[in-house]
Amino acid sequence: MKLLSRYSGLALARRALTDSRWQRAWRSPDPKPSYDVIIVGGGGHGLATAYYLASRHGIRNVAVLERGYLGSGNVGRNTTLVRSNYLMPGNTQFFEHSLQLWEGLSHELNFNVMLSQRGQIVLAHGPGQLDVLARKGNTMRLNGIDAELMEREDVMRFLPFLDHSEHCRFPIYGGLFQQRAGTVRHDAVAWGYARAADRLGVDIIENCEVTGFLRDGDRVTGVETSRGTIHAGRTAISVAGHSSHVAAMLGMRLPIESHILQAFVTEPIKPFLDCVVSFGAELFYISQSDKGGMVFGGHIDGFNTYTQRGQFPRAQTVAECAVALIPAMSRLRLLRHWGGIQDMTPDGSPFIGRTPFRDLYINAGWCYQGFKATPATGWCLAHTIAHDAEHPLIRHLALDRHMAGNGHDEYGLGLWTYRQ
Amino acid sequence: MLRIPCPHCGERDYTEFRYAGDATKRRPVHGTEDVRAWYEHVFLFTNPKGPHREYWQHVQGCRQWLVLERDTATNTVGRSWLARTGAPS
Ligand SMILES: Cc1cc2nc3c(=O)[nH]c(=O)nc-3n(C[C@H](O)[C@H](O)[C@H](O)COP(=O)(O)OP(=O)(O)OC[C@H]3O[C@@H](n4cnc5c(N)ncnc54)[C@H](O)[C@@H]3O)c2cc1C
Ligand SMILES: [Zn+2]
Repeated sequence: MKLLSRYSGLALARRALTDSRWQRAWRSPDPKPSYDVIIVGGGGHGLATAYYLASRHGIRNVAVLERGYLGSGNVGRNTTLVRSNYLMPGNTQFFEHSLQLWEGLSHELNFNVMLSQRGQIVLAHGPGQLDVLARKGNTMRLNGIDAELMEREDVMRFLPFLDHSEHCRFPIYGGLFQQRAGTVRHDAVAWGYARAADRLGVDIIENCEVTGFLRDGDRVTGVETSRGTIHAGRTAISVAGHSSHVAAMLGMRLPIESHILQAFVTEPIKPFLDCVVSFGAELFYISQSDKGGMVFGGHIDGFNTYTQRGQFPRAQTVAECAVALIPAMSRLRLLRHWGGIQDMTPDGSPFIGRTPFRDLYINAGWCYQGFKATPATGWCLAHTIAHDAEHPLIRHLALDRHMAGNGHDEYGLGLWTYRQ
Repeated sequence: MLRIPCPHCGERDYTEFRYAGDATKRRPVHGTEDVRAWYEHVFLFTNPKGPHREYWQHVQGCRQWLVLERDTATNTVGRSWLARTGAPS
Protein backbone atom coordinates (compact mmCIF):
# COMPACT_ATOMS: atom_id res chain seq x y z
CA MET A 1 0.00 0.00 0.00
CA LYS A 2 1.56 3.26 -1.14
CA LEU A 3 1.52 6.00 1.48
CA LEU A 4 -0.85 8.78 0.66
CA SER A 5 0.99 11.95 -0.19
CA ARG A 6 0.84 14.97 2.08
CA TYR A 7 -1.29 17.92 1.12
CA SER A 8 0.76 21.08 0.50
CA GLY A 9 0.99 24.09 -1.79
CA LEU A 10 3.64 22.24 -3.76
CA ALA A 11 1.44 19.16 -4.19
CA LEU A 12 -1.36 21.41 -5.41
CA ALA A 13 0.86 23.14 -7.95
CA ARG A 14 2.26 19.82 -9.18
CA ARG A 15 -1.21 18.45 -9.74
CA ALA A 16 -2.38 21.61 -11.43
CA LEU A 17 0.46 21.25 -13.92
CA THR A 18 0.48 17.49 -14.44
CA ASP A 19 -3.25 16.83 -14.25
CA SER A 20 -2.56 13.74 -12.16
CA ARG A 21 -5.40 12.47 -10.03
CA TRP A 22 -5.63 12.97 -6.27
CA GLN A 23 -5.43 9.73 -4.37
CA ARG A 24 -8.26 8.56 -2.18
CA ALA A 25 -8.06 10.24 1.22
CA TRP A 26 -8.21 6.89 3.01
CA ARG A 27 -8.02 3.23 1.96
CA SER A 28 -11.07 1.00 1.90
CA PRO A 29 -9.78 -2.21 3.50
CA ASP A 30 -11.66 -5.41 4.23
CA PRO A 31 -11.84 -6.20 7.93
CA LYS A 32 -9.01 -8.31 9.33
CA PRO A 33 -9.91 -11.25 11.62
CA SER A 34 -8.67 -9.37 14.67
CA TYR A 35 -7.44 -6.01 15.97
CA ASP A 36 -5.90 -4.67 19.17
CA VAL A 37 -8.69 -2.12 19.39
CA ILE A 38 -12.06 -1.84 17.66
CA ILE A 39 -13.99 1.42 17.71
CA VAL A 40 -17.69 1.02 16.97
CA GLY A 41 -18.95 4.14 15.18
CA GLY A 42 -17.08 6.23 12.62
CA GLY A 43 -18.29 9.65 13.69
CA GLY A 44 -15.96 12.45 14.71
CA HIS A 45 -15.45 10.94 18.15
CA GLY A 46 -14.62 7.43 16.96
CA LEU A 47 -12.22 8.68 14.29
CA ALA A 48 -10.49 11.08 16.70
CA THR A 49 -10.09 8.24 19.21
CA ALA A 50 -8.48 6.03 16.58
CA TYR A 51 -6.18 8.85 15.49
CA TYR A 52 -4.94 9.58 19.03
CA LEU A 53 -4.55 5.85 19.80
CA ALA A 54 -2.25 5.58 16.79
CA SER A 55 -0.44 8.91 17.10
CA ARG A 56 -0.11 9.27 20.90
CA HIS A 57 -0.20 5.74 22.26
CA GLY A 58 1.48 3.77 19.49
CA ILE A 59 -1.54 1.48 19.11
CA ARG A 60 -1.96 1.21 15.35
CA ASN A 61 -3.65 -2.15 14.89
CA VAL A 62 -7.01 -0.42 15.17
CA ALA A 63 -10.27 -0.61 13.21
CA VAL A 64 -13.08 1.92 13.12
CA LEU A 65 -16.34 0.21 12.13
CA GLU A 66 -18.96 2.49 10.60
CA ARG A 67 -22.47 1.35 9.77
CA GLY A 68 -22.94 3.81 6.89
CA TYR A 69 -20.48 6.17 5.24
CA LEU A 70 -18.16 8.53 7.11
CA GLY A 71 -19.95 11.71 8.01
CA SER A 72 -23.44 10.22 7.78
CA GLY A 73 -24.02 10.73 11.49
CA ASN A 74 -24.08 13.82 13.65
CA VAL A 75 -20.54 14.83 12.75
CA GLY A 76 -22.01 15.85 9.37
CA ARG A 77 -25.32 17.16 10.75
CA ASN A 78 -24.36 19.58 13.50
CA THR A 79 -24.28 23.37 13.45
CA THR A 80 -20.45 23.40 13.82
CA LEU A 81 -20.10 25.57 16.93
CA VAL A 82 -17.04 25.20 19.12
CA ARG A 83 -16.43 27.09 22.39
CA SER A 84 -15.14 26.56 25.92
CA ASN A 85 -17.42 28.73 28.07
CA TYR A 86 -18.40 26.13 30.64
CA LEU A 87 -18.98 26.78 34.34
CA MET A 88 -18.82 23.45 36.13
CA PRO A 89 -15.46 22.22 37.41
CA GLY A 90 -14.42 19.40 35.11
CA ASN A 91 -16.36 20.75 32.15
CA THR A 92 -14.41 24.02 32.09
CA GLN A 93 -11.08 22.22 31.75
CA PHE A 94 -12.33 19.49 29.40
CA PHE A 95 -13.84 21.88 26.85
CA GLU A 96 -10.85 24.23 27.03
CA HIS A 97 -8.57 21.29 26.27
CA SER A 98 -10.80 20.57 23.29
CA LEU A 99 -10.62 24.16 22.05
CA GLN A 100 -6.83 24.11 22.33
CA LEU A 101 -6.74 20.92 20.26
CA TRP A 102 -9.02 22.58 17.67
CA GLU A 103 -6.55 25.47 17.47
CA GLY A 104 -3.78 23.19 16.25
CA LEU A 105 -5.87 20.64 14.40
CA SER A 106 -5.39 21.67 10.77
CA HIS A 107 -1.61 21.40 11.19
CA GLU A 108 -1.83 18.25 13.25
CA LEU A 109 -3.94 16.47 10.62
CA ASN A 110 -2.50 18.10 7.48
CA PHE A 111 -6.10 18.87 6.58
CA ASN A 112 -7.79 22.26 6.68
CA VAL A 113 -10.70 21.94 9.10
CA MET A 114 -11.41 25.67 8.62
CA LEU A 115 -11.54 26.68 12.27
CA SER A 116 -12.96 30.20 12.31
CA GLN A 117 -12.56 31.88 15.71
CA ARG A 118 -15.19 34.46 15.00
CA GLY A 119 -16.34 34.60 18.62
CA GLN A 120 -19.55 33.68 20.38
CA ILE A 121 -21.78 35.85 22.55
CA VAL A 122 -24.34 34.51 25.02
CA LEU A 123 -26.98 37.13 25.70
CA ALA A 124 -28.52 38.06 29.05
CA HIS A 125 -32.09 39.36 29.17
CA GLY A 126 -32.20 40.41 32.79
CA PRO A 127 -29.84 41.51 35.57
CA GLY A 128 -29.93 38.07 37.24
CA GLN A 129 -28.92 36.38 34.02
CA LEU A 130 -26.07 38.84 33.54
CA ASP A 131 -24.84 38.03 37.08
CA VAL A 132 -24.78 34.33 36.20
CA LEU A 133 -22.80 35.10 33.04
CA ALA A 134 -20.38 37.24 35.05
CA ARG A 135 -19.78 34.31 37.36
CA LYS A 136 -19.21 32.03 34.39
CA GLY A 137 -16.81 34.55 32.83
CA ASN A 138 -14.86 34.81 36.09
CA THR A 139 -14.63 31.01 36.31
CA MET A 140 -13.31 30.93 32.76
CA ARG A 141 -10.73 33.65 33.40
CA LEU A 142 -9.55 31.95 36.57
CA ASN A 143 -8.86 28.95 34.37
CA GLY A 144 -6.93 31.05 31.88
CA ILE A 145 -9.76 31.09 29.30
CA ASP A 146 -10.69 34.27 27.46
CA ALA A 147 -14.03 35.82 28.41
CA GLU A 148 -15.38 39.34 28.18
CA LEU A 149 -18.49 40.67 29.87
CA MET A 150 -20.47 43.11 27.74
CA GLU A 151 -22.94 45.71 28.98
CA ARG A 152 -26.05 46.59 27.05
CA GLU A 153 -24.28 49.49 25.27
CA ASP A 154 -21.38 47.25 24.28
CA VAL A 155 -23.74 44.74 22.67
CA MET A 156 -25.59 47.56 20.86
CA ARG A 157 -22.33 48.75 19.34
CA PHE A 158 -21.13 45.22 18.57
CA LEU A 159 -24.32 43.83 17.01
CA PRO A 160 -26.46 46.83 16.05
CA PHE A 161 -29.00 44.75 14.12
CA LEU A 162 -30.29 42.82 17.16
CA ASP A 163 -33.61 44.00 18.59
CA HIS A 164 -32.33 46.42 21.24
CA SER A 165 -35.67 48.07 22.03
CA GLU A 166 -36.49 48.31 25.72
CA HIS A 167 -40.04 47.18 25.19
CA CYS A 168 -39.49 43.86 23.47
CA ARG A 169 -40.42 40.71 25.36
CA PHE A 170 -36.80 39.91 26.25
CA PRO A 171 -34.74 43.13 26.25
CA ILE A 172 -30.99 42.65 25.93
CA TYR A 173 -29.09 43.54 29.13
CA GLY A 174 -25.66 42.41 28.03
CA GLY A 175 -23.76 39.27 27.31
CA LEU A 176 -20.67 37.15 27.73
CA PHE A 177 -18.32 37.01 24.77
CA GLN A 178 -15.62 34.46 24.01
CA GLN A 179 -13.43 35.53 21.10
CA ARG A 180 -11.74 32.13 20.69
CA ALA A 181 -15.07 30.40 20.12
CA GLY A 182 -16.33 29.94 16.58
CA THR A 183 -17.10 27.37 13.92
CA VAL A 184 -15.32 24.47 12.24
CA ARG A 185 -16.15 22.81 8.94
CA HIS A 186 -17.71 19.61 10.30
CA ASP A 187 -17.20 17.28 7.29
CA ALA A 188 -13.53 18.20 7.19
CA VAL A 189 -13.20 17.00 10.77
CA ALA A 190 -14.41 13.51 9.84
CA TRP A 191 -12.30 13.42 6.67
CA GLY A 192 -9.21 14.92 8.31
CA TYR A 193 -9.17 12.52 11.25
CA ALA A 194 -9.96 9.59 8.94
CA ARG A 195 -7.15 10.40 6.55
CA ALA A 196 -4.62 11.03 9.31
CA ALA A 197 -5.57 7.84 11.18
CA ASP A 198 -5.46 5.83 7.95
CA ARG A 199 -1.93 7.07 7.25
CA LEU A 200 -0.88 5.68 10.64
CA GLY A 201 -2.29 2.26 9.74
CA VAL A 202 -5.80 2.42 11.18
CA ASP A 203 -8.39 0.49 9.13
CA ILE A 204 -11.50 2.55 8.50
CA ILE A 205 -14.25 0.18 7.49
CA GLU A 206 -17.45 1.69 6.16
CA ASN A 207 -20.76 -0.10 5.55
CA CYS A 208 -19.95 -2.37 8.48
CA GLU A 209 -22.70 -2.47 11.10
CA VAL A 210 -22.01 -3.98 14.50
CA THR A 211 -24.86 -6.37 15.30
CA GLY A 212 -23.57 -8.09 18.44
CA PHE A 213 -20.62 -8.63 20.75
CA LEU A 214 -18.35 -11.59 21.47
CA ARG A 215 -18.00 -12.35 25.15
CA ASP A 216 -15.86 -14.46 27.40
CA GLY A 217 -17.53 -14.16 30.82
CA ASP A 218 -17.47 -10.47 31.74
CA ARG A 219 -14.90 -9.71 29.04
CA VAL A 220 -15.81 -8.38 25.60
CA THR A 221 -13.55 -10.01 23.01
CA GLY A 222 -14.87 -8.70 19.71
CA VAL A 223 -17.90 -7.93 17.60
CA GLU A 224 -20.31 -9.50 15.15
CA THR A 225 -20.82 -7.32 12.12
CA SER A 226 -22.60 -7.24 8.79
CA ARG A 227 -19.14 -8.06 7.34
CA GLY A 228 -18.36 -10.97 9.64
CA THR A 229 -16.92 -11.67 13.07
CA ILE A 230 -13.97 -9.52 14.19
CA HIS A 231 -11.96 -10.18 17.35
CA ALA A 232 -10.58 -7.37 19.47
CA GLY A 233 -8.33 -6.89 22.45
CA ARG A 234 -10.35 -3.89 23.48
CA THR A 235 -13.60 -2.46 22.14
CA ALA A 236 -15.11 1.01 22.44
CA ILE A 237 -18.69 2.04 21.69
CA SER A 238 -18.96 5.55 20.21
CA VAL A 239 -22.22 5.59 18.27
CA ALA A 240 -23.82 8.93 19.31
CA GLY A 241 -27.64 8.64 19.21
CA HIS A 242 -27.51 4.84 18.99
CA SER A 243 -25.78 4.18 22.32
CA SER A 244 -28.80 2.49 23.93
CA HIS A 245 -29.41 0.40 20.83
CA VAL A 246 -25.82 -0.92 20.74
CA ALA A 247 -25.49 -1.31 24.53
CA ALA A 248 -28.67 -3.40 24.50
CA MET A 249 -26.76 -6.00 22.47
CA LEU A 250 -24.89 -6.65 25.73
CA GLY A 251 -28.00 -6.44 27.88
CA MET A 252 -26.97 -3.04 29.22
CA ARG A 253 -29.51 -0.31 29.90
CA LEU A 254 -28.16 3.25 29.98
CA PRO A 255 -29.32 6.53 31.56
CA ILE A 256 -30.09 7.76 28.04
CA GLU A 257 -33.04 8.52 25.76
CA SER A 258 -32.56 9.13 22.02
CA HIS A 259 -34.05 12.36 20.68
CA ILE A 260 -34.02 14.24 17.42
CA LEU A 261 -32.35 17.64 17.18
CA GLN A 262 -32.94 19.72 14.08
CA ALA A 263 -30.79 22.29 12.31
CA PHE A 264 -31.93 24.97 9.87
CA VAL A 265 -30.34 27.08 7.17
CA THR A 266 -31.75 29.99 5.18
CA GLU A 267 -31.05 31.11 1.64
CA PRO A 268 -27.59 32.71 1.37
CA ILE A 269 -27.20 36.44 1.91
CA LYS A 270 -24.22 38.81 1.89
CA PRO A 271 -21.95 38.80 4.97
CA PHE A 272 -24.07 40.05 7.85
CA LEU A 273 -23.43 38.20 11.10
CA ASP A 274 -19.72 37.81 11.88
CA CYS A 275 -19.95 35.93 15.17
CA VAL A 276 -22.10 33.29 16.83
CA VAL A 277 -25.05 34.58 18.87
CA SER A 278 -26.86 32.58 21.55
CA PHE A 279 -30.24 33.86 22.67
CA GLY A 280 -30.61 33.86 26.44
CA ALA A 281 -34.38 33.61 26.62
CA GLU A 282 -34.75 30.33 24.75
CA LEU A 283 -32.43 27.63 23.54
CA PHE A 284 -31.57 29.24 20.21
CA TYR A 285 -28.27 30.08 18.54
CA ILE A 286 -27.32 31.41 15.14
CA SER A 287 -24.31 31.98 12.90
CA GLN A 288 -23.71 32.68 9.22
CA SER A 289 -21.98 30.09 7.09
CA ASP A 290 -19.20 30.90 4.65
CA LYS A 291 -21.72 30.34 1.85
CA GLY A 292 -23.93 33.02 3.38
CA GLY A 293 -26.75 30.94 4.84
CA MET A 294 -27.96 31.77 8.33
CA VAL A 295 -27.52 28.55 10.30
CA PHE A 296 -29.50 28.02 13.48
CA GLY A 297 -30.88 25.48 15.89
CA GLY A 298 -32.97 25.15 19.02
CA HIS A 299 -34.42 22.48 21.28
CA ILE A 300 -34.93 18.78 20.62
CA ASP A 301 -38.40 17.90 19.35
CA GLY A 302 -39.26 16.45 22.76
CA PHE A 303 -40.10 12.75 22.51
CA ASN A 304 -37.66 9.89 22.03
CA THR A 305 -37.24 8.74 18.45
CA TYR A 306 -34.70 7.27 16.07
CA THR A 307 -36.23 8.81 12.93
CA GLN A 308 -34.14 11.60 11.46
CA ARG A 309 -37.28 13.43 10.26
CA GLY A 310 -38.03 16.49 12.38
CA GLN A 311 -41.45 17.82 13.35
CA PHE A 312 -42.75 21.09 11.89
CA PRO A 313 -43.52 22.96 15.15
CA ARG A 314 -39.79 23.22 15.88
CA ALA A 315 -39.30 25.11 12.60
CA GLN A 316 -41.87 27.60 13.88
CA THR A 317 -40.25 28.14 17.27
CA VAL A 318 -36.76 28.67 15.90
CA ALA A 319 -38.12 31.08 13.28
CA GLU A 320 -39.86 33.01 16.06
CA CYS A 321 -36.63 33.19 18.04
CA ALA A 322 -34.70 34.31 14.97
CA VAL A 323 -37.08 37.17 14.26
CA ALA A 324 -37.33 38.16 17.93
CA LEU A 325 -33.54 38.43 18.05
CA ILE A 326 -32.81 39.75 14.55
CA PRO A 327 -35.96 41.41 13.10
CA ALA A 328 -34.22 41.84 9.73
CA MET A 329 -34.42 38.08 9.24
CA SER A 330 -38.19 38.10 8.93
CA ARG A 331 -38.15 37.97 5.14
CA LEU A 332 -35.46 35.33 4.72
CA ARG A 333 -36.61 32.00 3.36
CA LEU A 334 -35.68 28.73 4.97
CA LEU A 335 -33.65 26.69 2.50
CA ARG A 336 -33.11 23.37 4.25
CA HIS A 337 -33.54 21.68 7.57
CA TRP A 338 -32.49 18.27 8.77
CA GLY A 339 -32.23 16.25 11.94
CA GLY A 340 -29.81 14.05 13.82
CA ILE A 341 -30.43 11.57 16.62
CA GLN A 342 -28.65 12.41 19.82
CA ASP A 343 -28.48 10.86 23.27
CA MET A 344 -30.11 12.86 26.05
CA THR A 345 -28.92 12.29 29.62
CA PRO A 346 -30.49 13.24 32.97
CA ASP A 347 -27.90 15.94 33.73
CA GLY A 348 -27.00 16.96 30.18
CA SER A 349 -23.43 15.66 30.55
CA PRO A 350 -21.95 12.71 28.65
CA PHE A 351 -20.60 9.37 29.84
CA ILE A 352 -17.01 8.48 28.92
CA GLY A 353 -14.98 5.68 30.41
CA ARG A 354 -14.99 2.07 31.44
CA THR A 355 -18.13 -0.08 31.62
CA PRO A 356 -19.23 -3.06 33.76
CA PHE A 357 -17.57 -5.25 31.08
CA ARG A 358 -13.82 -5.72 30.96
CA ASP A 359 -12.11 -4.43 27.81
CA LEU A 360 -15.24 -2.49 26.86
CA TYR A 361 -15.32 1.32 26.91
CA ILE A 362 -18.10 3.72 26.14
CA ASN A 363 -18.46 7.28 24.92
CA ALA A 364 -22.13 8.29 24.92
CA GLY A 365 -24.72 10.79 26.07
CA TRP A 366 -23.46 13.84 24.22
CA CYS A 367 -26.74 15.76 24.09
CA TYR A 368 -26.28 19.09 22.31
CA GLN A 369 -22.58 19.59 22.80
CA GLY A 370 -20.61 16.77 21.24
CA PHE A 371 -19.12 18.41 18.17
CA LYS A 372 -16.97 20.90 20.06
CA ALA A 373 -15.88 18.00 22.26
CA THR A 374 -14.62 15.88 19.36
CA PRO A 375 -10.84 16.36 19.81
CA ALA A 376 -10.88 16.13 23.62
CA THR A 377 -13.18 13.10 23.60
CA GLY A 378 -10.87 11.31 21.19
CA TRP A 379 -7.87 12.38 23.25
CA CYS A 380 -9.33 11.19 26.58
CA LEU A 381 -10.98 8.03 25.26
CA ALA A 382 -7.75 6.94 23.56
CA HIS A 383 -5.90 7.43 26.86
CA THR A 384 -8.62 5.52 28.73
CA ILE A 385 -8.43 2.58 26.32
CA ALA A 386 -4.63 2.52 26.21
CA HIS A 387 -4.25 2.61 30.02
CA ASP A 388 -7.49 0.91 31.04
CA ALA A 389 -7.95 3.91 33.34
CA GLU A 390 -9.91 7.14 32.88
CA HIS A 391 -8.03 10.21 31.72
CA PRO A 392 -8.08 12.83 34.55
CA LEU A 393 -10.19 15.22 32.42
CA ILE A 394 -13.14 12.80 32.25
CA ARG A 395 -13.25 11.41 35.78
CA HIS A 396 -16.47 13.33 36.47
CA LEU A 397 -18.21 11.64 33.52
CA ALA A 398 -18.48 8.05 34.82
CA LEU A 399 -21.31 5.88 33.50
CA ASP A 400 -22.61 5.07 37.00
CA ARG A 401 -22.39 8.59 38.47
CA HIS A 402 -26.16 8.87 39.03
CA MET A 403 -26.07 5.78 41.21
CA ALA A 404 -23.81 7.77 43.54
CA GLY A 405 -25.89 10.95 43.20
CA ASN A 406 -23.09 12.71 41.33
CA GLY A 407 -25.08 14.30 38.51
CA HIS A 408 -23.13 16.99 36.70
CA ASP A 409 -25.60 19.59 35.43
CA GLU A 410 -23.89 22.48 33.73
CA TYR A 411 -26.74 24.97 34.13
CA GLY A 412 -27.37 24.37 37.82
CA LEU A 413 -31.04 23.74 37.06
CA GLY A 414 -31.21 20.18 38.36
CA LEU A 415 -31.79 16.98 36.45
CA TRP A 416 -34.20 16.28 33.58
CA THR A 417 -34.28 19.79 32.15
CA TYR A 418 -34.53 18.30 28.66
CA ARG A 419 -37.96 16.95 29.53
CA GLN A 420 -39.41 20.32 30.49
CA MET B 1 -46.69 16.24 12.05
CA LEU B 2 -47.05 13.41 14.53
CA ARG B 3 -50.77 12.84 15.16
CA ILE B 4 -51.95 11.12 18.31
CA PRO B 5 -55.29 9.37 18.71
CA CYS B 6 -56.87 10.44 22.00
CA PRO B 7 -59.54 7.98 23.21
CA HIS B 8 -61.75 10.97 24.12
CA CYS B 9 -61.00 13.62 21.53
CA GLY B 10 -59.91 11.71 18.44
CA GLU B 11 -56.73 12.28 16.43
CA ARG B 12 -54.88 15.51 17.28
CA ASP B 13 -51.50 17.16 16.63
CA TYR B 14 -48.88 15.98 19.08
CA THR B 15 -48.30 19.59 20.17
CA GLU B 16 -51.58 19.41 22.15
CA PHE B 17 -50.00 16.71 24.31
CA ARG B 18 -47.21 16.53 26.82
CA TYR B 19 -44.85 13.58 26.51
CA ALA B 20 -44.03 11.63 29.67
CA GLY B 21 -41.88 8.71 28.58
CA ASP B 22 -41.77 4.94 28.86
CA ALA B 23 -45.07 3.52 30.16
CA THR B 24 -43.73 0.02 30.79
CA LYS B 25 -41.60 1.05 33.77
CA ARG B 26 -42.88 -0.16 37.16
CA ARG B 27 -42.14 1.89 40.24
CA PRO B 28 -40.51 -0.11 43.07
CA VAL B 29 -42.89 -0.86 45.92
CA HIS B 30 -43.19 1.99 48.41
CA GLY B 31 -40.58 1.54 51.13
CA THR B 32 -38.10 -0.36 48.97
CA GLU B 33 -34.70 0.25 50.54
CA ASP B 34 -32.52 -1.09 47.75
CA VAL B 35 -31.06 2.07 46.20
CA ARG B 36 -30.19 0.22 43.01
CA ALA B 37 -33.88 -0.56 42.40
CA TRP B 38 -34.68 3.16 42.57
CA TYR B 39 -31.67 4.05 40.44
CA GLU B 40 -32.80 1.65 37.76
CA HIS B 41 -36.35 2.93 37.91
CA VAL B 42 -35.46 6.61 37.76
CA PHE B 43 -32.35 6.66 35.59
CA LEU B 44 -32.18 3.67 33.26
CA PHE B 45 -34.16 3.39 30.03
CA THR B 46 -34.74 0.60 27.58
CA ASN B 47 -34.99 3.34 24.91
CA PRO B 48 -35.74 0.80 22.17
CA LYS B 49 -35.36 1.42 18.45
CA GLY B 50 -38.73 -0.05 17.54
CA PRO B 51 -42.07 -0.57 19.32
CA HIS B 52 -42.53 1.64 22.38
CA ARG B 53 -45.36 2.14 24.88
CA GLU B 54 -45.37 5.64 26.25
CA TYR B 55 -47.38 8.13 28.30
CA TRP B 56 -48.82 11.31 26.84
CA GLN B 57 -51.11 13.77 28.62
CA HIS B 58 -53.67 15.60 26.52
CA VAL B 59 -52.93 18.91 28.26
CA GLN B 60 -54.69 21.08 25.69
CA GLY B 61 -57.69 18.77 25.35
CA CYS B 62 -59.41 16.49 27.82
CA ARG B 63 -56.33 16.52 30.13
CA GLN B 64 -56.41 12.74 30.41
CA TRP B 65 -53.26 10.62 30.55
CA LEU B 66 -53.03 8.02 27.87
CA VAL B 67 -50.75 5.23 26.77
CA LEU B 68 -49.72 5.23 23.12
CA GLU B 69 -48.03 2.58 21.03
CA ARG B 70 -45.48 4.13 18.68
CA ASP B 71 -42.57 2.71 16.71
CA THR B 72 -39.55 4.89 17.51
CA ALA B 73 -37.79 3.79 14.32
CA THR B 74 -40.56 5.16 12.08
CA ASN B 75 -42.89 7.22 14.33
CA THR B 76 -45.76 5.01 13.15
CA VAL B 77 -48.53 5.34 15.72
CA GLY B 78 -50.58 2.35 16.89
CA ARG B 79 -53.28 1.92 19.51
CA SER B 80 -53.90 4.22 22.45
CA TRP B 81 -55.90 3.83 25.65
CA LEU B 82 -56.50 5.72 28.87
CA ALA B 83 -53.61 5.19 31.25
CA ARG B 84 -55.91 4.60 34.20
CA THR B 85 -57.62 1.66 32.51
CA GLY B 86 -54.21 -0.02 32.38
CA ALA B 87 -54.83 -2.07 29.23
CA PRO B 88 -55.76 -1.62 25.58
CA SER B 89 -59.54 -1.55 25.24
C1 LIG C 1 -28.73 19.15 14.45
C2 LIG C 1 -27.55 19.02 15.37
C3 LIG C 1 -26.79 20.15 15.69
C4 LIG C 1 -25.69 20.05 16.53
N1 LIG C 1 -24.94 21.18 16.76
C5 LIG C 1 -23.84 21.09 17.53
C6 LIG C 1 -23.00 22.23 17.71
O1 LIG C 1 -23.23 23.30 17.14
N2 LIG C 1 -21.93 22.12 18.52
C7 LIG C 1 -21.63 20.96 19.16
O2 LIG C 1 -20.66 20.92 19.91
N3 LIG C 1 -22.38 19.84 18.99
C8 LIG C 1 -23.48 19.88 18.18
N4 LIG C 1 -24.26 18.75 17.99
C9 LIG C 1 -23.87 17.50 18.65
C10 LIG C 1 -22.79 16.74 17.88
O3 LIG C 1 -23.06 16.76 16.50
C11 LIG C 1 -22.72 15.30 18.36
O4 LIG C 1 -22.72 15.24 19.77
C12 LIG C 1 -21.44 14.61 17.88
O5 LIG C 1 -21.28 14.75 16.50
C13 LIG C 1 -21.51 13.13 18.26
O6 LIG C 1 -20.30 12.45 18.05
P1 LIG C 1 -19.92 11.76 16.63
O7 LIG C 1 -19.41 12.82 15.73
O8 LIG C 1 -19.00 10.66 16.92
O9 LIG C 1 -21.35 11.22 16.17
P2 LIG C 1 -21.80 10.56 14.78
O10 LIG C 1 -21.21 11.28 13.62
O11 LIG C 1 -23.28 10.42 14.83
O12 LIG C 1 -21.09 9.15 14.85
C14 LIG C 1 -21.67 7.96 15.36
C15 LIG C 1 -21.58 6.93 14.26
O13 LIG C 1 -21.92 5.64 14.78
C16 LIG C 1 -22.48 4.92 13.71
N5 LIG C 1 -23.19 3.75 14.22
C17 LIG C 1 -24.37 3.70 14.91
N6 LIG C 1 -24.70 2.42 15.18
C18 LIG C 1 -23.71 1.64 14.67
C19 LIG C 1 -23.48 0.24 14.63
N7 LIG C 1 -24.34 -0.64 15.19
N8 LIG C 1 -22.36 -0.22 14.02
C20 LIG C 1 -21.47 0.64 13.45
N9 LIG C 1 -21.64 1.99 13.45
C21 LIG C 1 -22.75 2.48 14.06
C22 LIG C 1 -23.40 5.93 13.03
O14 LIG C 1 -23.70 5.54 11.70
C23 LIG C 1 -22.56 7.20 13.11
O15 LIG C 1 -21.84 7.46 11.93
C24 LIG C 1 -25.36 18.81 17.13
C25 LIG C 1 -26.13 17.68 16.84
C26 LIG C 1 -27.20 17.77 15.95
C27 LIG C 1 -28.00 16.54 15.64
ZN1 LIG D 1 -58.20 14.17 24.75
